Amino acid sequence: MSGMKKRENGKRLGNRRLFSMGLFGASVLFLLLVAVFGYVWQDAASVTDFSRKNLPPCAGYLFGTDWMGRDMFVRTVAGLSMSIRLGLLTAAVSAVIAFLLGLSAAVLGRAVDGLVTLLIDLVMGIPHMLLLILISFACGKGFWGVTLGIALTHWASLARLIRGEVFQLRESPYIRIAGKLGKSRAYLAFHHMAPNLLPQFITGLILMFPHAILHEASITFLGFGLSPEEPAIGIILSESMKYLAMGKWWLALFPGLLLTAVVLMFHYAGQTICRMAAPGSVHE
Amino acid sequence: MGVGRRAHRSGRTGHGTGKTVWGLLAFQTARMALLVALVSILAFVLLSVSPVDPLQTNVGQAALGAMSPEQVERLKGYWGVDLPPAERYLSWAADVLRGDMGTSLLYRRPVAEVIWEKLSNSLWLLASSWLLSGLLGFTLGVLAGRKRGRLCDRLVTGYSLLAASTPAFWTAMVLLMVFAVYFKWFPIGLSVPIGVTAEEIALGDRIRHAVLPAAALSLTGISSVALHTREKMVSIMESDFVLFARARGESETSIVLRHGLRNVLIPAMTLQFASISEIIGGSVLVEQVFSYPGLGQAAVTAGLGSDVPLLLGITVVTAVLAASGNLAASILYGIVDPRIRKGAAR
Repeated sequence: MSGMKKRENGKRLGNRRLFSMGLFGASVLFLLLVAVFGYVWQDAASVTDFSRKNLPPCAGYLFGTDWMGRDMFVRTVAGLSMSIRLGLLTAAVSAVIAFLLGLSAAVLGRAVDGLVTLLIDLVMGIPHMLLLILISFACGKGFWGVTLGIALTHWASLARLIRGEVFQLRESPYIRIAGKLGKSRAYLAFHHMAPNLLPQFITGLILMFPHAILHEASITFLGFGLSPEEPAIGIILSESMKYLAMGKWWLALFPGLLLTAVVLMFHYAGQTICRMAAPGSVHE
Repeated sequence: MGVGRRAHRSGRTGHGTGKTVWGLLAFQTARMALLVALVSILAFVLLSVSPVDPLQTNVGQAALGAMSPEQVERLKGYWGVDLPPAERYLSWAADVLRGDMGTSLLYRRPVAEVIWEKLSNSLWLLASSWLLSGLLGFTLGVLAGRKRGRLCDRLVTGYSLLAASTPAFWTAMVLLMVFAVYFKWFPIGLSVPIGVTAEEIALGDRIRHAVLPAAALSLTGISSVALHTREKMVSIMESDFVLFARARGESETSIVLRHGLRNVLIPAMTLQFASISEIIGGSVLVEQVFSYPGLGQAAVTAGLGSDVPLLLGITVVTAVLAASGNLAASILYGIVDPRIRKGAAR
């Protein structure tokens, strides 16, 4: 009896794991498709055709068309593709900054540590959107303003995490012994600590993607980012705002839904990877 | 938070300095003042490296072109354009300490006056959505964390994930489409009806205009508090002392109320106070959608219109708001947690 129950349990668990792996694969595939197709469709996204303007969603134009006859589906995918590529780049830069700062804070002595802690507090002390606006203004707006803004503002919480982790590691016996054996601080940091911090780093990096994408969309929505001709999801949504009161609901609804779907899948895929990286919670 | 605690062992920040609540308060206040000063320096540096030409934005391109070189030189001298940045910063900071934050270029009024007006509009919005999202998020988190893996837990976790993935401005747009454009229950924008003098505005009108923006802010703000509370609650409900309470025969309700809530409340409160800066960030987006004349919208207008004094002022004021949130959190921590209150921590 108990054997049967066990088997059933095992089967259920296997199915669930299979299901979650399937869902993970599907979301990664979806994100890849959006990124690739959006890149391919970049030119098609800005084609205007006044014979088909203001069409509500139909079989030919899934998301409808806007007042210039642009296909909203193609435009949205192109915009999201750029968001995904920009998000990957900026999150990676941010994570590397966080890693280096966190590590140096804990290894290079108290003065550096104080400086890094101060920097962290400073970046976290200004509301995120305002800091993005300030950096965008400092760069004279445009593409680099957005890119730099997102890359330079997302590292703070991960840096704090890594710093804390290094503080704990520093006290561990094997690092102390290595230190007593005369290994340099840099050697300790990169040979003994860095491998230990890798899981934290990867988890932090992956969980940063959705934030980076959301902030890119938000700052572009406010009008600080890219120029209006470029297909960016924030621009699509801010243009659609002018037509909300006129009942052209499809201009805002579908692009926003797709954006939410992309961010959600990043969240989901990221959580799955993190769970796989932490074997202790695999069975939850 | 756990990391923060651990870091305190290095003896730099936090509760180790003063044994009493008063010592703590003084230390944290000084820290906050220092932080705000540094924030203003950072913002000043960012604004002054901008390629935007201060003369051109102040006078306008046409007027600048019509001026003779001597006039331009005189203007430059008057505004101190060629002075080193440090000198400019110091003169700005000295004025701020006297209560003069400069004159806004777009509104043509003192910055302090503009900020005060916009802030009093925003404060309603910020306070109500902060309270609402905090209470709702906390309740949902406790309900979800009571028993891991139940339907309730999955619903709350799923909702929180969805809310964290939805851009705040899009939530606002959907609310606007459904409740203002389609059902026409709420006005489309602004904070008061158009064509009504300030004295005639009824409280009801103000509230009607603030409902949708506040809802949009709260709906997205719930997720972090809910998830955090849930996680803490799960770990408490699986702890040894709860197991012991169960063995003693305490009812599930009594365990949640007596052992769960008490332990979850402090971290949740800390998180909620720290989230003030996030709510301000969200309000920038939401106010833009509803054309609500608050601080967030003023920040966007100032940024797009190169209104440097106003943008600088708003940055400093929001940094003060966010820092006072953190200050309040650490004071509450000291008052609520008996271990810290009695100076017996660690």
